[in-house]
Amino acid sequence: MSKLIKVVTKDSALVPFVAILLGLLVGAIIMLIGGYDPILAYRSLLETVFGNRYDFGETLTAITPVLFTGLAVAFAFRTGLFNIGAEGQYIMGMTGATVIGVTVHLPWYLHAPLAVIVGALVGGLWGMIAGYLKAARGVNEVITTIMLNWIALHLANYIVRRFLLEPGKGRSYMVDDTASATIDWLSRFMDDARMHWGTAFALLGVIFFYYFLWRTKQGFELRVVGSNPDAANYAGISVNKGVVKAMFISGALAGLAGVFQVLGVFHNQVISAGHTGHGFDGIAVALLGGNNPLGVLLGAILFGVLSYGAAGMSFGADVPPEIIRIVIGSVIFFVAAPGIIRWLLKRISGKKRKEEAI
Amino acid sequence: MEQAKTVVEMRNITKRFPGIVANDSVNFKLRKGEIHALLGENGAGKSTLMNVLFGLYQPEEGEIFVNGQQVVIDGPNKAIKLGIGMVHQHFKLVHPFTVTENIILGSEPRKWMGLAVDKKQAYEKVNQLSKQYGLNVDPYAKIDEISVGMQQRVEILKTLYRGADILIFDEPTAVLTPQEIGELLVIMRNLVGQGKSIVLITHKLKEIMAIADSVTIVRRGKVIDSLPVAGTNPNQLAEKMVGREVSLKLDKKVAVLGEPILEVDNLVVKGRQGLNALNGTSFVLRRGEILGIAGVEGNGQSELIEALTGLRPVSSGSIKVAGADVVGEKPRAISEAGISLIPEDRHKHGLVLDFPVRDNMVLETYYQPQFNKRGFLDYEAIGKHAERLVKDFDVRTPSIMTDARALSGGNQQKAIIAREVDKNPEVLIAAQPTRGLDVGAIEFIHKRLVEQRNMGKAVLLVSYELDEIMQLSDRIAVIYEGRIVGEVKPSETNDQELGLMMTDYKQKQGGAGNEQAD
Amino acid sequence: MDAATIGHMLNTAFVFSTALILAALGGILSERSGVVNIGLEGLMTAGAFAAAVAAYKAQEAGYGGASPWIGVIAGAIFGVLFALIHAVATITFRADQVVSGIVINFIAGGSTLYLVKLMFEGAGETSLVNEVFHKVKIPLLSDIPILGDGLFNAYPTTYLALILVGVIYYVLYRTRFGLRLRSIGEHPSAADTVGIKVLRMRYTAVLLSGVLAGIGGATIAMTTTGSFSHNTISGQGFIALAAVIFGKWNPLGAMGAALFFGFAQSINNVLQLFDFSSHIPSEFIYMLPYVLTILVLVGAVGRSRAPGALGEPYYQGKR
Repeated sequence: MSKLIKVVTKDSALVPFVAILLGLLVGAIIMLIGGYDPILAYRSLLETVFGNRYDFGETLTAITPVLFTGLAVAFAFRTGLFNIGAEGQYIMGMTGATVIGVTVHLPWYLHAPLAVIVGALVGGLWGMIAGYLKAARGVNEVITTIMLNWIALHLANYIVRRFLLEPGKGRSYMVDDTASATIDWLSRFMDDARMHWGTAFALLGVIFFYYFLWRTKQGFELRVVGSNPDAANYAGISVNKGVVKAMFISGALAGLAGVFQVLGVFHNQVISAGHTGHGFDGIAVALLGGNNPLGVLLGAILFGVLSYGAAGMSFGADVPPEIIRIVIGSVIFFVAAPGIIRWLLKRISGKKRKEEAI
Repeated sequence: MEQAKTVVEMRNITKRFPGIVANDSVNFKLRKGEIHALLGENGAGKSTLMNVLFGLYQPEEGEIFVNGQQVVIDGPNKAIKLGIGMVHQHFKLVHPFTVTENIILGSEPRKWMGLAVDKKQAYEKVNQLSKQYGLNVDPYAKIDEISVGMQQRVEILKTLYRGADILIFDEPTAVLTPQEIGELLVIMRNLVGQGKSIVLITHKLKEIMAIADSVTIVRRGKVIDSLPVAGTNPNQLAEKMVGREVSLKLDKKVAVLGEPILEVDNLVVKGRQGLNALNGTSFVLRRGEILGIAGVEGNGQSELIEALTGLRPVSSGSIKVAGADVVGEKPRAISEAGISLIPEDRHKHGLVLDFPVRDNMVLETYYQPQFNKRGFLDYEAIGKHAERLVKDFDVRTPSIMTDARALSGGNQQKAIIAREVDKNPEVLIAAQPTRGLDVGAIEFIHKRLVEQRNMGKAVLLVSYELDEIMQLSDRIAVIYEGRIVGEVKPSETNDQELGLMMTDYKQKQGGAGNEQAD
Repeated sequence: MDAATIGHMLNTAFVFSTALILAALGGILSERSGVVNIGLEGLMTAGAFAAAVAAYKAQEAGYGGASPWIGVIAGAIFGVLFALIHAVATITFRADQVVSGIVINFIAGGSTLYLVKLMFEGAGETSLVNEVFHKVKIPLLSDIPILGDGLFNAYPTTYLALILVGVIYYVLYRTRFGLRLRSIGEHPSAADTVGIKVLRMRYTAVLLSGVLAGIGGATIAMTTTGSFSHNTISGQGFIALAAVIFGKWNPLGAMGAALFFGFAQSINNVLQLFDFSSHIPSEFIYMLPYVLTILVLVGAVGRSRAPGALGEPYYQGKR
C-alpha cells in the first residue's frame, strides 16, 4: 500500500490524474447534497460529448479558444508574467479579424490569411502595451491587464457600432465568405457542427510553444528572463525586451482565439455587454496544464469537455451546469496543492511511519 | 581562578534533518561571564546547536540546563523568558520600520487598555538601554537608513530589551570593518563586565584568539574538542576545525607582470537614490597580477563591478580594455571584449537555479555559432561543452541535466568559475568568490584564481574578507566612498593600516564610545 | 455645473465605491500579512449571494427593516468561509497564492449560482428583496452645500465603510496587532524569532479579508440590486485589487483609489445629462476610469513597494 502511495504521490504525471479524480469527486458530493444523481450526471456529460458527431464536433470547437488562451497565459507565465489580460487580447484579435473580414474584399487565398494575421497582430499589440508599461515604467502588469480588458471591451464595441454595424442589428456585418475559416466539408461530416481551421492552428500553437521556448535561442532567453531576471541581466539578456516580446506573443495567441471565433464560428462580431470569459478560462487551463505545452493541451481538452458537457448534464440529469465551475476549481486546487493530496493519502494509509534518518 | 557558575549546559544534543545529522551527541557548557567561541566550518553544526538553544529547532535527543535547571525550550519565546537572546548573522530586521519598532516588536509597551502602542515609552526605554550599554543608536532612524554596524547594535539591543543574560552572536563580524570589529569586541567585554555570558559562533581564528575565553570546536556535527583559548593557537585550531593540516599561507610564486590590460580612469557612476557611488575611481590592472579591492561593503564595490560589466551606466570617465574604451557598451559586447565576472551573489546573478547545469554553462554564450545554428540551439554541442567543463573543474553533480539548485554551494561556485574561465577572458573579476563556502572549496577556488594569474591573465578580486585579500593579492587598492584612497603591497602592510584606510582615518558616525582598535 | 450636480456626482461616487472600499480594505489586510488575495472577486460574490438569500428569507420571515443587516452579516459569514479555503490552502499547505485565489473565484462563482438554482427553483436570480438599505441623512451635516448631499446622505453601509477605513488605519499603524501584522508581511522570519505567531496571524488577516470582502459584496446586493445573479459582481473584485495596489497597500490610499474609480463611474451617469456628451461616443465614457488609472499609474505612481514578503509561503522552522 505504501508503495502504491509513493507511486501515486510522485510529482510526475500522476498528481494531475489524482487531482482530476478528486475534483470529480467533489462535484459528485455537491450533487448528492443537492439531491442529484452524480452517476447519471457524469454519464449524461460523457454522452453529450461523445454521443453523436454534432456534439463531438462542437466540443472540439469549444476546446479551441481556451486552448489558445491557455497557451497564451502559460507562455506569459513561463516568462515570469501574469497575463490576466488574455480576455482583452482575445477581443482585440477578434476585432482586427472582423475589420478585415468585413471591410476588405480579396480573393480567398489572400483574404482569410490577411484577416488572421491582422487579428493576431492586433492581439499581440494589445498585449505589448502591458508589456511595455511593465518594462519601461515598472507598472504592475496585473493592474494594467485588468484595465486593458475593460478598455478593449468598450473599444471593440465602439468600432463595431461605428464602422461595421449592420443596420437594425446589434452586430457587425457578416464577414465575407472569402474570409471564412470554416471547413465546410468537415462541418457537413460532423452533422453541421461548426468546424474550422482554428482547431488545427491551435494544435500548431502547442507545437510552436514547445519548439519556440525550448529549441530556439529566443525562447531560451525568455525562459531565463522568466526564471531569474537578475541572472538574465548578468548574462547580457535584455529583460525589458524579453518582457515586451513575451507579451506580444502571448497577446497574439490570445488574439488568435478571438480571430477564429469570428472567422470560423460566428462569422460576425456582436456588441457585447460583458466579457466572454475565454480569457479567464485560459488562466485556469494554463494552471491545469502546469504551464507546459502538453499539459495545456490536456487541460484545454478537460476544460472543453467539462464545459460543453455541462449543458448535457443539465438536460439529462437536471443538474445546474454551474457545478462544472466547482469541479474545475477543485481540480485546479488539487493540482496546485499537491501537498493536500499527499496529506490525505498519508491519513488514509493509516499509521504514521517513523521518520527514518537516512 | 574560582570555578564560575555554569549558566548553560547542553548534554548529548542530537538534531537530525532529512539526510543529515546536524548535531551528533553534542556536549556544550557555558560559564557565567565568559565569552565562549563555537568554531567550525560552514555546515559543521554550530549554528544548528545554537538554534536549538534558542528554541528555533527541537532536538531529537539530549537535555538542556539553564542555571542548573533542566528546561525544554520549545520556541524563541521560551528562550527569551529564560534570558537567552540571539544576535543573528543575517539580521532579522524589518527595513521600513524604525529602530525602536524593531526592538519592541513582539513585546510592545501598551496604553489605552492594551490596544495602542505606547510609542513614547518605547523610545525612552530604547534610549536608556542604548546609553547603559554604550551602544549609541538613533531610536527614530529607519533601518534602511542606518549603517550595518548600527543595525547590528539594534540586534543586540533587541536581546537586551528582553532582559537577556545569555547572548548568542552568530558570525557577527562578517559584515564589519576592522574598526567596527574592534568596537564590537569592546561592547562584548562591556556586556560580560555587566554580568552577561556570551556564545560567539565564528570561523575566524583571529577573533577567537583576541576575545574568547574558551573555544569548542565542531566538525561534521560532532564536538572535536573544548579548551581554554589561552593554551592554543590559530594553527592548532584550524587543524581541529578541518581535520587535517591546513596551510594557512597560500603558496604563491612572485608575480610576472605584463602590460596594463584594464585601465579605469576617473570613473563617476551614479548609485541608487541618485547619489554618486563612484566619485572618480582610478586604477590600473596588469596582465599576470591579482589586484585586490579592499573595502567595507557599500563603498562602491557593487557599482564598480556593475560599471565594469556594463550593467550600470557611467556618468563620466573611461574603462579601457586592451586600450579600447568600453564605456557605454552593452553587457554582451563587454563580455566579448574580454571581461568575465564571477558574481557576488551566485544564486541571484550567477545561475538560473531551475535550469539544468548544462544550460547554465552556456548562459552567456548560447547565442554563439557553435551552440546556435540559425536561431535553433544545438543541444548536442551544448551538452558536450558542459560535460567537458564539469570534468575539468571537478563540479560534483549527478549529471549535467541536474538542476543547478541541487548542487552544493561550492559546486555551484565551481560551475560558475568553470564557465567564466572557459571564456578565456582578459580580465577576470571575482566578487566575494568564496563567500559561504567550506575550506576545501575555498582552497580550490583560490588555487584556480592564482592559476589564472600565473597563466598571464588579469584578476580583479573584490572581497570583504581581509584575509582573502591579503593572501591572494599581488597589490591591494583600498576603496572608500567611491574612490581608490590608497594602494599597497600585502607584504608591506597589515590589517590595522588597511582598516584605517578603509575608513579614511575618520571615526565612522555612530561608533560606540571611544576605544582602541584591537 | 451647479452645486447640486457636483453633490449628486459625489453621492453617486460614494455609492459605487463603497463595495470597492470594503473589499480593498480586506485585500490590504491579507496582503500586508504577506498573502496575495486575487480571490476578492469570489469573496464578494459569496458575500452578495449570502446577503441576497438571507435578506430575502428574513424579509419573508417578517424581520422588515432588519433584513438588510441580516444580509450583511450573512455576507460576512460566507466571505469568511471561502476565505478559509484560501487560508488553509496557502498558509498550511503552502499552495501558490495566486492559483488559490483564482480557484476561489471559480468555486465561489460556481457554487453560488448552483445554490441559487437549487433554492429558487431553477431561476438564475434570487427573488427580489424589497427591504434593502435606504439612504440616511445625517441631520445638520447634510445641509452643507455640495458636501452635504455628497457625503452625508448615504447608505448606512457607506458610513460603515468610511468608519472602517479610519479604524483599520488606526489598527494598522498604531496598535501592536498592526505592527506585528506589517512585520509578518515584510520579514516573517524576524517576527518569528521574537515570538510572533506568523501562521496564526496570517490566518487572522485572510479571514478578516473574507469578512470585509463579503460585506463589500453584500453591500452591492443590499443597496443597488436587491438580488443576486451572475451579473451582480462582475469585475469589482479585480478593481478592488487594483485599488489596493494603486493605494500602495494603505487604507487611506486604497480609499482614495476606490473613490477615484467610483467617481469615474459616476461621471458616466452624469455626463449623459450634458449636451456635449452626445458628441463623445458612450463607449469612450465607459472606458474613462480604466484609461485614467493606467495614465495615473504610468505618470505619477511609478514603482509601488509591495510588502516585502508578499506571495512567499512561510516555512515554520526555516531560519
